[in-house]
Amino acid sequence: MARELLKGNVAIAEAAVRAGCEAYFGYPITPQTELLEYMSARMPELGRVFLQAESEVAAINMVYGAACAGVQVMSSSSSPGVSLMQEGLSYIAGSEVPCVIVDVMRGGPGLGNILPSQSDYFQVTKSAGHGDYHPIVLAPSSVQEAIDFTMLAFELSRKYRHIVVIAADGQIGQMMEPAELPDMLPYPQPRPDWAVTGAKGRNKNVVTSLYMNADEEEAFNIRLQKKLEVIRAIEQRSDEFATDDAELLVVGYGTSGRIAMSAVQKKKKKGLKVGLFRPKTIYPFPEKRLAELAEQVEMCLVVEMNAGQMVEDVRLAVNGVVPVEFYGRMGGNIPMPDELLRVIERYYAYSAVLA
Amino acid sequence: MQEEFVFSGFGGQGVMFAGQLLAYTAMDEGLEVTWIPSYGPEMRGGTAHCFVVISDKVIGSPLVARPMNGIIFNKPSFDKYEHDIAIGGRLVVNTSLVPQKSSRNDIEIININATDIAYELGDAKLTNMVLLGALLRQHSVLPIQALERALDAHIPKHRRHLLEKNYRAIERGAELMRA
Amino acid sequence: MTTVTIPIEDMQLIYDRPEALACTHTHYCPGCTHSIAHRLLAEAIDELGLREQTILVAPVGCSVFAYNYFEMDGVEAAHGRAPAMATGIKRVSPHNTVITYQGDGDLASIGIAEIIHAAARGEKITTIFVNNAIYGMTGGQMAPTSLPHQKTTSSPLGRDTDLTGSPLKISELMSQIDGAVYVVRRSLHDVKHIRQAKKAILTALKVQQAGLGFGIVELLSTCPTNWGMTPVDAMHWVETAMVPFFPLGDYKIADSVRQLE
Repeated sequence: MARELLKGNVAIAEAAVRAGCEAYFGYPITPQTELLEYMSARMPELGRVFLQAESEVAAINMVYGAACAGVQVMSSSSSPGVSLMQEGLSYIAGSEVPCVIVDVMRGGPGLGNILPSQSDYFQVTKSAGHGDYHPIVLAPSSVQEAIDFTMLAFELSRKYRHIVVIAADGQIGQMMEPAELPDMLPYPQPRPDWAVTGAKGRNKNVVTSLYMNADEEEAFNIRLQKKLEVIRAIEQRSDEFATDDAELLVVGYGTSGRIAMSAVQKKKKKGLKVGLFRPKTIYPFPEKRLAELAEQVEMCLVVEMNAGQMVEDVRLAVNGVVPVEFYGRMGGNIPMPDELLRVIERYYAYSAVLA
Repeated sequence: MQEEFVFSGFGGQGVMFAGQLLAYTAMDEGLEVTWIPSYGPEMRGGTAHCFVVISDKVIGSPLVARPMNGIIFNKPSFDKYEHDIAIGGRLVVNTSLVPQKSSRNDIEIININATDIAYELGDAKLTNMVLLGALLRQHSVLPIQALERALDAHIPKHRRHLLEKNYRAIERGAELMRA
Repeated sequence: MTTVTIPIEDMQLIYDRPEALACTHTHYCPGCTHSIAHRLLAEAIDELGLREQTILVAPVGCSVFAYNYFEMDGVEAAHGRAPAMATGIKRVSPHNTVITYQGDGDLASIGIAEIIHAAARGEKITTIFVNNAIYGMTGGQMAPTSLPHQKTTSSPLGRDTDLTGSPLKISELMSQIDGAVYVVRRSLHDVKHIRQAKKAILTALKVQQAGLGFGIVELLSTCPTNWGMTPVDAMHWVETAMVPFFPLGDYKIADSVRQLE
């Protein structure tokens, strides 16, 4: 398969098509709109469903309906739109139907701006709606990863009957990079047994998140938590660079992880013992590997494009073994490699004192 | 090897496509590349810019504070980026729309009246190709032939009839550098 | 006194539970017309042979458990979002019959955007709109269809239209939307009107089967518990207070639907 120069938003859309997405429902919002536009042409061309909803609220409920009917379905949006989807996401989690949601994150809170940001980390990893649950959240740092994670997202959502969020940011969505698309997967997938397809020759199927009885609701929640336990046990994914002799471990995901990589590579060349840990799943957070690394390093430095959200998960994983420091940019500002170099130098000096 | 380029001008001057064409060229030559645009309201008639990073290794950040190369299509872009170019880098300036001269003596300044030349060639929209021709004549990061091959390979179908004109503009930009 | 014995084999079964209606107790209050509406819908589904292909989208409100009362596939929507959810189902399963069953708070208040846009897109779904001018499940608060001066637990002095506006007339509103091809208002307050309501539901389902566009049947209904009335008085109130405000009738029957009939 040849490398193509692909824009992140378009790459995610085409990857979804190849993963076997049968229906897409969405609402325009910058910086994810190209994804919706691409689907508006591509899905009908293949005889699949595309519909521009009247709001993100409607879009996520259309996703919910299609998911109940047992098809692979997707929506995409950006931060304020994902806020509007919280209600539907909670129902989807509570009904245990699969779907894939793309959040091309932008600056907030409020209307904020349309520039790249990672300020939805809490929103997407901590619950994405009311009730006790976490979606699975994948954080691509390149166009190729955006493609690979989209394929993975459909697989995981089917496997666990769960929401999978692709948490990209405006930079991943808007940038073009050479990347390879996979072949088209077999299509369509058969509708699962639990789906609502008409009660022909079988008992009726009901998909609901309503359990009026406390014991039934608790039993459901226990089942949901067991599923999340399995997800935490086997779906943690991360990448690392130069961690074997690192004294300072930089931790970043998505765009901030990728920029940190530039800075760490430069420092490494100068002989500084700096490594990078890049979570690929931000739920489940790759706590197992990070806890191991915490035993080897002197300090962690978390880099994010927000006021410090993932840093909380890093602190939980590191569990006080070493200090965890934070550097963040907000408002759509992306830390530049030179800027991170200076920050890394500063913290490297501290970590050397600790060593 | 890593080279960064910022392309900046008015929306409609072909700024984004110039950057994309350079990115396609780099990809087709087997290099790593990233292209990232400014986006949103800026695209509607204000200044538009894009960053291209070319490297023989995996690229970390697609954005840099001090790029090596600036391709400047108009005066607001000149004002914005003249002083951002890294020492030892170069600035390609469309003098048709940028009246002032650069005060910097630590970078190479490539002046070319690209829009006038584009008009001579019959289409102001060829400004971007004239500037690219001039850039690659002065800076051997990628061969001009590779740029032309990439244009042939990636020009949108509905613009294919403009291919010859684009070649002429690239060559004209390069020729003027030689002169 | 003489007794006449008729052998069972000579008896004619004239009234039975429709197959589409589940054999179960409902949680509806005595005198509530939801049960009538459920039965009419189940009869219509049976008569058209649609039970095995129908998917019912239940709302939030008193009929939140509607999927338990029908013997067919069902889903539970978020409050007001049934038309969006039905859209998602119908678009990926165009051969299924998709029905939303919604109350006035669900459809006319929190879900007004979803119902209008589903109609505007001409979604090939059927909406049964149960209008009883009150929020039943939450205990009798003012609804967007509560009448002027109507006392509710959130308008204890009676609905003051200066403060809260006038009731929304949904059938009138929906009739203005091009994608809606069948818009009628019926009432469940007496036998004659119940018969008419049944006929309308049958037509609405045929409209969906023929793929003509969006159809909605508004049913004026009772809530004796929250209105503070006996079931009989509640029926009377529908006739004397609601019907004058929400006139019964055919608000839109597109030519394509007329041809169907």
